[in-house]
Amino acid sequence: MPDRNFSTRDTDTRDTDDRGARRRPDTSARPTADLENQENGVPDGPGKPELSPPPQLREVTVGSAEPLAVSSGPVAVSGAAPSLVAGGRRRIGDRVLAMLTAGSGAFIVALIALVAIFLLSQAIPSIARDHANFLFARQFSVRSEPLRFGVLDLLWVTVISSVLALLIAVPIAVGIALFITQYAPTSIRKGVAYLIDLLAAIPSIIYGIWGIYVLAPHLVGVQRALYHLDFIPLFADKGVDTGSIFDAALVLAVMILPIITAIARDVFVRTPDHHIEAAWALGATRWEMIRMAVLPYGRPGVISGAMLGLGRALGETIAVLLILSKPPEGAPFTASVFNGGQTFASIIGLNMQEANGKLETGAYIAAGLVLFVLTFAVNATARAIVNRRKEFV
Amino acid sequence: MTALATPPAADSLLTARRGGRRQLKNSIATVLVYLSFAVALVPLGWLLWSVLSKGLHAMTRNGWFTHSQRNLTYRDPGGGAYHAIVGTVEQVFLCTAIAVPISLLVAVYLVEYGTGRLARLTTFMVDILTGIPSIVAALFIYAVFIGAFGGQRAGWLVSLALVMLMIPVIVRTTEEMLKLVPNELREAAYALGVPKWKTILRIVVPTALTGILTGIILGIARVAGETAPLLILVGYGPSINTNLFSGFQGALPSMINAETLNLSSGGTYGLVNGHVQLIHNYAVDRVWGAALTLIIIVMGLNLLARLIARFSKVNR
Amino acid sequence: MAKRIEAKNLNIYYGKFLAVENVNLTIAPRSVTAFIGPSGCGKSTVLRTINRMHEVIAGATVQGEVLLDGENIYASEIDPVNVRRTIGMVFQRPNPFPTMSIYDNVVAGLKLAGKPKRGELDTVVERSLRGANLWEEVKDRLDKPGAGLSGGQQQRLCIARAIAVEPQVLLMDEPCSALDPISTLAIEDLIQTLKEKYTIVIVTHNMQQAARVSERTAFFNLAGIGKPGQLVEIDDTQKIFSNPTERRTEDYISGRFG
Repeated sequence: MPDRNFSTRDTDTRDTDDRGARRRPDTSARPTADLENQENGVPDGPGKPELSPPPQLREVTVGSAEPLAVSSGPVAVSGAAPSLVAGGRRRIGDRVLAMLTAGSGAFIVALIALVAIFLLSQAIPSIARDHANFLFARQFSVRSEPLRFGVLDLLWVTVISSVLALLIAVPIAVGIALFITQYAPTSIRKGVAYLIDLLAAIPSIIYGIWGIYVLAPHLVGVQRALYHLDFIPLFADKGVDTGSIFDAALVLAVMILPIITAIARDVFVRTPDHHIEAAWALGATRWEMIRMAVLPYGRPGVISGAMLGLGRALGETIAVLLILSKPPEGAPFTASVFNGGQTFASIIGLNMQEANGKLETGAYIAAGLVLFVLTFAVNATARAIVNRRKEFV
Repeated sequence: MTALATPPAADSLLTARRGGRRQLKNSIATVLVYLSFAVALVPLGWLLWSVLSKGLHAMTRNGWFTHSQRNLTYRDPGGGAYHAIVGTVEQVFLCTAIAVPISLLVAVYLVEYGTGRLARLTTFMVDILTGIPSIVAALFIYAVFIGAFGGQRAGWLVSLALVMLMIPVIVRTTEEMLKLVPNELREAAYALGVPKWKTILRIVVPTALTGILTGIILGIARVAGETAPLLILVGYGPSINTNLFSGFQGALPSMINAETLNLSSGGTYGLVNGHVQLIHNYAVDRVWGAALTLIIIVMGLNLLARLIARFSKVNR
Repeated sequence: MAKRIEAKNLNIYYGKFLAVENVNLTIAPRSVTAFIGPSGCGKSTVLRTINRMHEVIAGATVQGEVLLDGENIYASEIDPVNVRRTIGMVFQRPNPFPTMSIYDNVVAGLKLAGKPKRGELDTVVERSLRGANLWEEVKDRLDKPGAGLSGGQQQRLCIARAIAVEPQVLLMDEPCSALDPISTLAIEDLIQTLKEKYTIVIVTHNMQQAARVSERTAFFNLAGIGKPGQLVEIDDTQKIFSNPTERRTEDYISGRFG
């Protein structure tokens, strides 16, 4: 048996244990490379002090005679005992992964900054050459100089169609969410939720073609009936039987329904049990319980969900592009929802399909910037509402 | 929670004494709630039925999956959607190849390394990315590559815009899945002396893998149907073009859009099965055929994601 | 070749909050020491400083020294990962890796922490599972998922995983609190066998278990409400449970508080 230098501290001096397995070598301080460095192919770093005098180094021979010998111990690779000495303050692998992931995070941050920078840089030249007031003019003639473009009409149509969609969608979404969480038997809840989520999976272009070619013709009757209410300017007849803001708003409502429903569902389910129990104990009907416990608790969540749905509707491009009929150039302003129109997204989508001059493109990019700011504000509001609630829950 | 959804058993006694008005309000509310559910189902069913019934004819015609629209006008029957399918597949594939690694790294950063200012800033920016409309993302790519660098429209630019739309989806679902991995597993690995990076790559991520995969598939389903980038970043071409980096390229959403422009090109109205329809204009078939193809792909991906999620639960 | 553990002037912080103050103790090799005390007094915290798991929590730090056979594991040039490779830990809730089979779970520590020789894995698996008293029950289904075992079996699997890397010390943080009495008994018997090879420290809130299983016992307690935890007394188990030196220890043992 090779002789060995055991440390004579409180360690066992037998070289095999009961089961005949070779004992692990004594792990005293060793100045040579430890395992992790060997693994990574990194040579000894500088400054590896010896930790306890004197170093007791003992090499264990590989391939001993004992049947269950695990040669140098399972963790060692080449017979060298592991030590506690550092393999560099942070391992290579840790450093690499930490840098990669942090870098990706930084990339995302930089990306958003770049979006703002590039959009602004292309839009500003066109805005500078705008002969009309960018915010308040109604026309958008940018094919040739002098440029005259303003976003007022776009703002009106975008906002009114989205708000109308919201007004239609929110009550229905709340109703469905209540249905799923309070009324429906447990066995069908998941199935119902799945069906509503299916609405979200349908691509918007399909909503667009269905909206204009299938739905709008069927809505003509409804529209015509509502013309009778034209003492309210919102319902004035503008001769646009299909392809009105009304048609678009309805389709947008269907498109944003699943988002609002999902958030409302989530928040209704979290209503604290003790609130609900308190209502039952007072002898409330189901509806009264919902009004006393579920709805008040869920209000911030529903509002936040509505804001998210609004953001979605504001930014929708192709569905609106396909549905809304384009009003003639220079038509006077009308508040009627039975008129056609263009939104920020639809005017950009319609006009940027071919190569255009820099100034013309810049004008559309300027419109896109306004849309970006608008949706950002709406989404930020939604987040703020949710975060404020987090403090109380 | 479910136990509390039904009122206590002594209801009938109380009902007898409850005022009729309160009961009436309760009944009206119940009716309205059920009604809202029905109302939501109507457009879903109607839309799916429309697409199915109008699109089936084109899809089942010979050559739909092998031919393009090359040299065909609205007056000529035949042709198919092969060029569009190829375009969509290529653009989405490139987008996925770029977006997935970035998103996974960001999610790992937020969950496993996530303290400090950069992490807070990053999660805020991911929130902003979630809210960017697809047209704005497309405009950004336009502003950079065509506006600033003077490049040409091509399919790969669409992929870049789709990357911006896909990243927030995958980051958020991956984050959720990573958070679901119990901390005890990480501790078990650390206690065994496994370094952090190995713990993340060999223990945490594999445990969350099916959930992450589901998120990726749902992300793909979402971007496959995006139209806005296709409008402004690449020209639509009716022929097969497998080159993502130059020339016109078709994709399913833009094929639908292009064919709608042909709907008003001509043809006559006639009576078909009692309905007035546009006939002798084959763009009709193509619009709905392409729409059905797109819906089948998107729904198929959604179903796949669900199956994977269900399969993993069974396995556990 | 189990190691001797010493703590010198150990103060344990969570951020700025001092959780445990001034711990001084010595643990002899190949013995079983139990940490007892009421909940929240720091016994798990002290345990976790022995294998530098405490600092895994963000902002958690340690002042003072912990020596393994005279080597201070908190010296600045020491890599915590290496420390953890020489010390095994078993947790309160069994946590086998869910994506791995029983076989892979046992060798997980070997594979992930180093590169073992290929042919020896089988040997290691059998040795570790025998050592954890689980071999007979699972030898025919080593490729089945680790998570498919009962709670007691899972915990023994975790013990097998911990001893597969042949650590010097085995730390056990309330290993039986999530188990039924029969599994608990099995693990306690196992500890008696394991102590012949390893230095074992076991945290337990069950005084009877401490009395059954350990040779030495350390009693921890809070100095007062809102004050840090401290080591009140450490002595032979016999003495602690029959005739402790400190009044507070006696109060705890006799159930006057706890």
